[in-house]
Amino acid sequence: MKRTTLRALLIWLLAMLAGSVIAWNSRFSADMSFFLPAKPSAEQEVLIEQIKEGAVSRLLMLGIAGGDAVQRATVSRELRGRLAKMPEFVSVQNGEAGSLDNDRDLLLAHRYQLSPSISAERFTEDGLRGAISDSIDLLTSPAGMLLKPFLTRDPTGEMAALLGAFNPASQPASQEGVWASRDGERAMLLVQTRAHGSDTDGQAAAIQAIRSHFAEISRSTGASEVNLLLSGPGHFAVESRELIKEEIFRLSLISSLAIIAVLLFIYRSPRLMLLGMLPVVSGTLAGVVAVGLVHDTVFGITIGFGAALIGESVDYSTYYFMQSGRLGAQAWRERFWPTIRLGVATSVCGFGALLFSGFPGLAQLGLYALAGILTAALATRYILPDLAGPLADRTPSLSQTMIDRAITLLQKLRWPTLILALIASLWLLNQRDNLWHPNLSALSTVSAADSIIDGQLRADLSAPDSRYLVVVTGRDREAALQAAERTGRQLDRLVEAGIIGSYDNPARFLPSQATQAARRAALPAAEILRERLGQAVQDLPLSADKLAPFLQDVAAARQAPDLQRDDLNGSNLALAVDSLMLQRPDSWSVLLPLHPAASADELQIPAEQIRAALVGSDALFIDMKGEFDTLYSDYLDEAIKLSLAGVVGIIVLLAFNLRSPRRLASVLLPLAIATLFVVASLHLSGQRLHLLHLIGLLLIIAVGSNYTLFFNRADGQSALNPETLASMGVANLTTAIGFGTLGLSSVPVLNAIGLTVGPGAVLTLLLAAMFVPRETAG
Amino acid sequence: MIKRLRIGLLHGLFTLLIMLLAAPAFAAIDLGQLMDSLARHPGGTARFVEKKFLAVLDKPLVATGEMTYTAPDRLEKRTLTPKLETLILNKDLLTLEREKQKFSINLASQPEALAFVDSIRGTLAGNRAALEKNYALHLAGTEDKWVLTMLPREQKIAAIVLRIVVSGSRGQVRSIEYLQADGDRSLLSIEPIVTP
Repeated sequence: MKRTTLRALLIWLLAMLAGSVIAWNSRFSADMSFFLPAKPSAEQEVLIEQIKEGAVSRLLMLGIAGGDAVQRATVSRELRGRLAKMPEFVSVQNGEAGSLDNDRDLLLAHRYQLSPSISAERFTEDGLRGAISDSIDLLTSPAGMLLKPFLTRDPTGEMAALLGAFNPASQPASQEGVWASRDGERAMLLVQTRAHGSDTDGQAAAIQAIRSHFAEISRSTGASEVNLLLSGPGHFAVESRELIKEEIFRLSLISSLAIIAVLLFIYRSPRLMLLGMLPVVSGTLAGVVAVGLVHDTVFGITIGFGAALIGESVDYSTYYFMQSGRLGAQAWRERFWPTIRLGVATSVCGFGALLFSGFPGLAQLGLYALAGILTAALATRYILPDLAGPLADRTPSLSQTMIDRAITLLQKLRWPTLILALIASLWLLNQRDNLWHPNLSALSTVSAADSIIDGQLRADLSAPDSRYLVVVTGRDREAALQAAERTGRQLDRLVEAGIIGSYDNPARFLPSQATQAARRAALPAAEILRERLGQAVQDLPLSADKLAPFLQDVAAARQAPDLQRDDLNGSNLALAVDSLMLQRPDSWSVLLPLHPAASADELQIPAEQIRAALVGSDALFIDMKGEFDTLYSDYLDEAIKLSLAGVVGIIVLLAFNLRSPRRLASVLLPLAIATLFVVASLHLSGQRLHLLHLIGLLLIIAVGSNYTLFFNRADGQSALNPETLASMGVANLTTAIGFGTLGLSSVPVLNAIGLTVGPGAVLTLLLAAMFVPRETAG
Repeated sequence: MIKRLRIGLLHGLFTLLIMLLAAPAFAAIDLGQLMDSLARHPGGTARFVEKKFLAVLDKPLVATGEMTYTAPDRLEKRTLTPKLETLILNKDLLTLEREKQKFSINLASQPEALAFVDSIRGTLAGNRAALEKNYALHLAGTEDKWVLTMLPREQKIAAIVLRIVVSGSRGQVRSIEYLQADGDRSLLSIEPIVTP
């Protein structure tokens, strides 16, 4: 081996080693952040925060099915008992009797700090009379029965006011004393994990803990027929990561084996086959390293995409091995490399445009493809020839006449193809409004079965869905709570007007100190209250001497310190407060989830009316689904614009290199028609296009530009020889295998790329042959 | 808390159901015959006056209103005084509407509630077997002045109500009294609205 070769090899080995170290230390993730914007707006920031850390993202819904009701309830109790003790879980609810007594006791004890009805007027003689007679009236109703035990302590009915905030209408059904599904066939639990929704490892550990405890309990209680259903954002994240991992492993194994088999068959030399994989390995590693360095986190989907790129990066070594046989390395570098280089530059142009995307997933794919293709090509150019040494002529026996006949046949189809292309483009133009999938759900990896279970569990638990939120912010907790109270008063008017059904507010359970002080100040001194009360109940059936507990409680409340967050420890009120208050480095935010009015169409909330009502305040109204949809359509718009920019770049590049409009047209035409046919057939098969189809189309251009350029050699001198044609045939086959396998994936993102590029690559080769200028066709 | 509310709702429901046991006259005091007559009853509308005797209050509470039973499974109790309130049992869905608040409970998945409601439904439908599953029945008096006493067999139901006494004349229920576990008592008098 020559010294320069040795040096090149050493540099390559060092680079690979460094790359491996970087790749080893990169963070890999399969969570939703693939889809989250890199430069979010204020609304999107809340969205991201909720997805990554929000209380809803940490909820897991459990259903215990099978067995009989008693068994299910036993398992539910035992499971709650065990999980509630674990630090991994913030709360475990199953509706057990007694679990709400704590909350009731807290509300009762602090009712004069908490009740929104407290005012100086309420404790005047008239106010007391009104409040007490309302309470007595309520006793005639079944609803009053729950207040009867507290009447002498709470004759003004503060508990009734507070309980309204609990919204009992949305409580799950119960059976054998624990929550049950609406049909009574399952016991239900609601678990909040400590791990954030974005912490997939933490979620996996929590889910594992739940499953193993459940298995132990069903064994020890002899309830072997019961089984566990589990759903929630964390579950989806874990499942999706598993699925992507598994598929990437399976699919890259299949495609690698198939490609290796093809190469072995063609080269009939294990050494050449191994050498042929060198650019592939280099490219794959370079892709991971580039993404790891730039983006910090490498998404699972990016890796899956990389697996498909094997089929593309292996092309370069194929070209070298098959084209240089007769000519030798030096001649190959002179004659073929410029064409390949132009093809690589074309790909770099196409994918480079994606680097500017605000959608991190897209930017990663762009970077990965760019780095991978560039490295594979460079490794082929600078490392491979020296390592491989002199090559024998490896051209498989393709006869020139057969090739000519095939090309002539293809060229007869020029006009029919052009007419078909025209029809396809007119049809697509007509269909342009429903070509694209309108929302992000197209990219979701959640299976239909999982999504059905999720829907059932969610409905059974009336689990919170936080589609609509109002967010207020303050410099500290007190300021944020005061802002929440102000916004709450605006929202009260919307509830009054029936525009929204209700809303949650942590300030209900933890009022600001200012509000607590005002309520305390509204409570009269003992002697004054006694006198007013005596007057107030004169004509009422409730005599004043029975109300001593009331006087005591009010006197105590006048002296009571402010209710603090820690006073709520261990209750569901604490949970409500914590999940709706977020501490930021220099501020506090309060979330006020809005619930639609019962009469609302499809449970929608009229966003304009809410925004109008909040004008002039700092409160931010967010429709999470709307934000998501906007986000996605912004991505799509941006990606289409960037892709078009990339295409313009490619055209400019080719025009500059080919210096002939005719040549340019004959290079671009097959690519354009292939893209058109792929889009048309996807649409014809009922698929709505999404972002990853777009990436696939870019890949068709990247891969196909090599073919059209070979057919349309930049130097324009030599006729297309059998070696070149054969190398293209093999390259095409490996590309089709690499991407075609991806078409088998059940991950929509990977599937889309596979279905687009696999057929697209084959189509481009055929079209390139069809539209090759006649004089170069030989 | 929620459980208490449900129990409260059930009290009201129970009263409502018992009250509607208006049935054609029958000659002998025989549970079987009473059940047969009840089974044939198509339903109708009645006025009610409900008095609650609560230990904590000096005077009984009085509520008045109207109630309607539509065979086989819809009951509505509309309280007019002192406050408007509507209680509806439609199949297994129990709804209480008062002022701006509305609570709904599906009874299907709550065995205690269902036992309670089924007993009342059993009475309305003349389903003696369903009744005797949860209650011990004692029928006394004469055809013109009969008294049906129901005592819960289940401890869970007894924790809600100790005893239910329905009295009537021939096919007409005149009053329902129920005694709660805490000693408070409720007496409901009803007057059917005769539609021509």
